[in-house]
Amino acid sequence: MSIVKAVACPVCGCLCDDIELTIEDGKIVKVKNGCSMCESKFLGYRNEHRTRKPLIRKNGELVEVSIEEALRKAAEILADANYPILYGWSSTSCEAQRVGMELAEEVGGVIDNTSVVCHGPSVLSIQEVGLPSCTLGQIRHRADLVIYWGCDPWSAHPRHLERYTTFTEGRFEKSDWKGYMKKVKASTGKKKVQSALRRKFVKNPPQLMLQPETMSKPPPAMMKEGRKLIIVDVRKTMSAEMADYFIQVEPNKDYELMQALRALIRDQELDVDTVAGVPVEYLEELADAMIQCEFGVIFFGLGLTMTAGKLRNVDVAISLVRDLNMRTKFAIMPMRGHFNVTGANVVSTWQSGYPYAVDFSLGYPRYNPGETTVMDILLRQESDAALIVASDPVANFPKKAVEHLVKNPLIVIDPHMNATALMGDVVFPSAFAGIEVGGTAYRMDHVPLPLKKVVEPPEGILTDEDILKRILEETRIVKWRMMEAS
Amino acid sequence: MLQQKLRVILLTGRTIEQGVGKERGKSSKEYFEAVSMCYMDAGDMKKLGIKDNAKILVSTEYGSVVIRAIKYPRAATPGIIYIPYGPWANVICSNKTSSIGMPSFKGIPAEVEPALDRPLLSMEELLRSEFGR
Repeated sequence: MSIVKAVACPVCGCLCDDIELTIEDGKIVKVKNGCSMCESKFLGYRNEHRTRKPLIRKNGELVEVSIEEALRKAAEILADANYPILYGWSSTSCEAQRVGMELAEEVGGVIDNTSVVCHGPSVLSIQEVGLPSCTLGQIRHRADLVIYWGCDPWSAHPRHLERYTTFTEGRFEKSDWKGYMKKVKASTGKKKVQSALRRKFVKNPPQLMLQPETMSKPPPAMMKEGRKLIIVDVRKTMSAEMADYFIQVEPNKDYELMQALRALIRDQELDVDTVAGVPVEYLEELADAMIQCEFGVIFFGLGLTMTAGKLRNVDVAISLVRDLNMRTKFAIMPMRGHFNVTGANVVSTWQSGYPYAVDFSLGYPRYNPGETTVMDILLRQESDAALIVASDPVANFPKKAVEHLVKNPLIVIDPHMNATALMGDVVFPSAFAGIEVGGTAYRMDHVPLPLKKVVEPPEGILTDEDILKRILEETRIVKWRMMEAS
Repeated sequence: MLQQKLRVILLTGRTIEQGVGKERGKSSKEYFEAVSMCYMDAGDMKKLGIKDNAKILVSTEYGSVVIRAIKYPRAATPGIIYIPYGPWANVICSNKTSSIGMPSFKGIPAEVEPALDRPLLSMEELLRSEFGR
């Protein structure tokens, strides 16, 4: 039995690097410090849902074949294609992504990563407006006001609050965990009193009933000492329950709400009563809290990028932070989803000059979101083959895009039998990056961290990087033969 | 009075169960249970006359799908339904990308109706019925 410390968790953009794993007989048997997603990944990596052998579709069925046969088939598909797409990349290491870029150039395809359906609009806005940001370490030690806008960290980044923001013990700002526990106790007490009253006066309920909890309560919490947590969202999430203040915005109206906040921060008056379903007086409270903090930060999620306005929502969020920096210190950061989606943007940028949606069909990199984004290519039905690495577009793309994706030859590299692999023509099983193979990954604040190899992959299973290198080699051979033949 | 249909706004997104399920494996039971459902307001469910865990048909202009309706435990969210990301949600998601590659996965107008006698498809069945493979 051995214990491996300081393992980076290859699940979400938090990339928590304090995981402790207990290894017994070459298997992970215990996970310490991780969230439930982390445990699910580290304990379930070897379960029955794993693909063990390369597969090729023959007569409509996926059948097991040798790795050489699968490589040959994949190379033929890519060499034959006029406009292949190479998509995924955010759940693998930077080293594999680098080979992917080379392969995209070799086959004259489009290489795009999952940020296209995630923070792609944020990337576009950042290119237009800039990004006043910082590292999560700075936030942990200094931020006294944390705002999550259009995201639910408790569900999507479970340890974000406890490791980087409100519930972490920083050097200059203390954890608000005790305050939160007090609040929980108080609310449980209230509920007990209520139920006792209900039981006693079951026939004629008394007037003494406590007020129902609503978001419209003026926030005494704003006056509290220490770290403050504010959530802006369209529904009351678990994170919203933990917050000192929750603002419920109507769906698709984040843009208006933020523009109203910008006006308030510039000391302008609003001559309406509500904006996007939120009373102006609460917005004034929020604006005051923002101005009065020493160091605030806004984390924004897909609630901004996937709703009406898309990149314009992020534009105005960044502009809001720019305005706030005239009054105090403020930063903003997107809540990146997969553990290495930031790395996919970084690798793509340093190799080609562009963060995603890079088109090599003319022999040089071209970038025009809306035209060279995988989603638009699929919806316009232009691609004629696809290579999907460490991603599951069949489960995550709209129906019409998937229809075109599965109409053409589809190569899948993934450890699991996911929806895309079920629809694939060639399926390669691969080793888990961060468990069975090391590498580099970028945390959501662009800090690169090493991924550790803690156990050996199952016999005969290659890493994403090796599979891609061998596909690249094989593709060059096939192309050479095609040239000779012609 | 019971309503036959209800107009709502459809949101899709993450839930912790979806996260745990996807890491376990997309063909796992956990994943299926986590994503073939939708959170719905208790009041809205009453209007349709359905109970917790009942099957409903959600339709948008892009398609329709049968999933289970679960009462949203945290607060009232009248007029909003929330489906975790997954194959079921994507059958009915918008494919308008506003020319930047990003479809609208949140804030889509939708209609909900009870579908107690319609089957809830497994992932394989769903993929076969939608894409023929």
